[in-house]
Amino acid sequence: MTKVSLSNIELRNPVIPASGTYGFGEEFAALYDLNCLGGISFKGTTREARYGNALPRIAECGGYGMLNAVGLQNPGVEHVVAKELPRLRELYKGVVLANVSGFSVDDYVYTCEQMDKAPEVDIIEVNISCPNVHNGGMAFGTQPEAAVEVTRAVKAVTHKPVYMKLSPNVTDIVAIARACEEAGADGLCLINTILGMRIDIRRRKPVLANRYGGYSGPGVFPVALRMVNQVAREVQVPIIGCGGVSSAEDVVEMMMAGATAVEIGAANLVNPMACKEIVERLPRLMEELGIEKLTDIIGAAK
Amino acid sequence: MVGSIFTIQSNELLARNVWRMRMVGAKDLPIRPGQFVEIAVPGQYLRRPISVCDYADGVLTIIYKVVGVGTDAMSRWQAGQQVDLLVGLGNGYDLTQAGERPLLIGGGVGVPPLYMLARVLREQGKQVCVILGFNTKEEVFYEEEFRALGCEVEVTTADGSHGTKGFVTDAVMEQGTKSQEPRLNSPCSTYYYACGPLPMLKAVMKHWGDGGEVSMEERMGCGFGACMGCSIQTKEGPKRVCKDGPVFRAQSIKTL
Repeated sequence: MTKVSLSNIELRNPVIPASGTYGFGEEFAALYDLNCLGGISFKGTTREARYGNALPRIAECGGYGMLNAVGLQNPGVEHVVAKELPRLRELYKGVVLANVSGFSVDDYVYTCEQMDKAPEVDIIEVNISCPNVHNGGMAFGTQPEAAVEVTRAVKAVTHKPVYMKLSPNVTDIVAIARACEEAGADGLCLINTILGMRIDIRRRKPVLANRYGGYSGPGVFPVALRMVNQVAREVQVPIIGCGGVSSAEDVVEMMMAGATAVEIGAANLVNPMACKEIVERLPRLMEELGIEKLTDIIGAAK
Repeated sequence: MVGSIFTIQSNELLARNVWRMRMVGAKDLPIRPGQFVEIAVPGQYLRRPISVCDYADGVLTIIYKVVGVGTDAMSRWQAGQQVDLLVGLGNGYDLTQAGERPLLIGGGVGVPPLYMLARVLREQGKQVCVILGFNTKEEVFYEEEFRALGCEVEVTTADGSHGTKGFVTDAVMEQGTKSQEPRLNSPCSTYYYACGPLPMLKAVMKHWGDGGEVSMEERMGCGFGACMGCSIQTKEGPKRVCKDGPVFRAQSIKTL
């Protein structure tokens, strides 16, 4: 049994492609039936359309992962709700997480209101942790007071479950997590990318036009696991674990750390079949490990 | 897009820092001129996007320049080794626009994708003119290969060590042509296809105008449209070089 549930919403399995690595599913639907997935968290959406940052936006991190500084390129919530979500619904009947970003509390409220009205959206994942935009995103996720303000404001405009996506770029992630929980968050998603940098040693310049970018990939997995575990030990709400997950083994490990569901990010970019392969591998791995129900292992190593 | 495993047949130095790898695999893959492949490089995280130089009878040819750790690792791969590829990436060239006398303009490692294009256009019976631009003699490759297809070929080098001295635009100006007018000693003029470094593409578009298409290059994340890592601004809004491109109509390019 691979079923799990987030705020009484049942997922056929815990595997969710992470926002920003999966677009609106279209590219992957050309390769496999998306309905094998537990959920889909679609491309981070803002109030207005955004082009994002200057190029280059991507940097290699030699086998361990990558940096990205895309900067929330998206067509804006109006277009997403009118065009992308009906298209996504045709491709996918399962649980849809709307990843929402903003530059002010008003932005978050407006975009969440639109997502609240969208019948395709099951869960709102509020990104208060994007490291790649100035005066927004992460600014709300690095101070408990700001995180509380966004959580309360968003909760006031939707009855859909609200999951706050947290930044690892803080000294005390547990304090932020607790603050979100107390402010009414239905769940948490962690971690977003870790702020990083690469330098082109021949040009003596940062590789990324944005100078810094978010580090993701297998190299961040131990950090993500540790943070999920720290938070899981201190909060009651469900956690979506995210960060460097690349295999079914990683999914199980993340759940044992305390995650109820697990997002797969960068892995999709280097192996477009990653999520499908993980979903297919899970039942056999469970058998190998003597796991009858995945829900039994949530927080096993807490 | 489809994933496919190929086996290296040969991997050889072709010109200074430029290598040609031939790989054998499935015969019926959806690979068109102007598309690219994403190559998994053991020890590196991201795949490396490399344009397709040719694909025929299950043999895939790529030509790549060693510019960093990924391509350096590739240059040490041996025949018999297996390579994990994503193929059929990008839109490719629009062959319906070619007309009877297309002009192909390539600079440096922008030359390779024009080879498959030239071969297919020649098979369609078109008269194909090719201008190949390089920095210097040691970097020149594929001059004879294009001639063997029956193309009229001109080579320029920036230092004049081989062919005409100057840039790709100089090759034609020496023939007395102006923008979009037929070349005096050559029948090529209907439409152009260009691939090369940004300064070359700028010069080409300034010289030959909107009547052609250019192949763009950007640092990519996924190579198939998911990550938004390579989006450029065009007159039709943001476009992903990997998915909406890499080939764009000259008239839609804005950032140049």
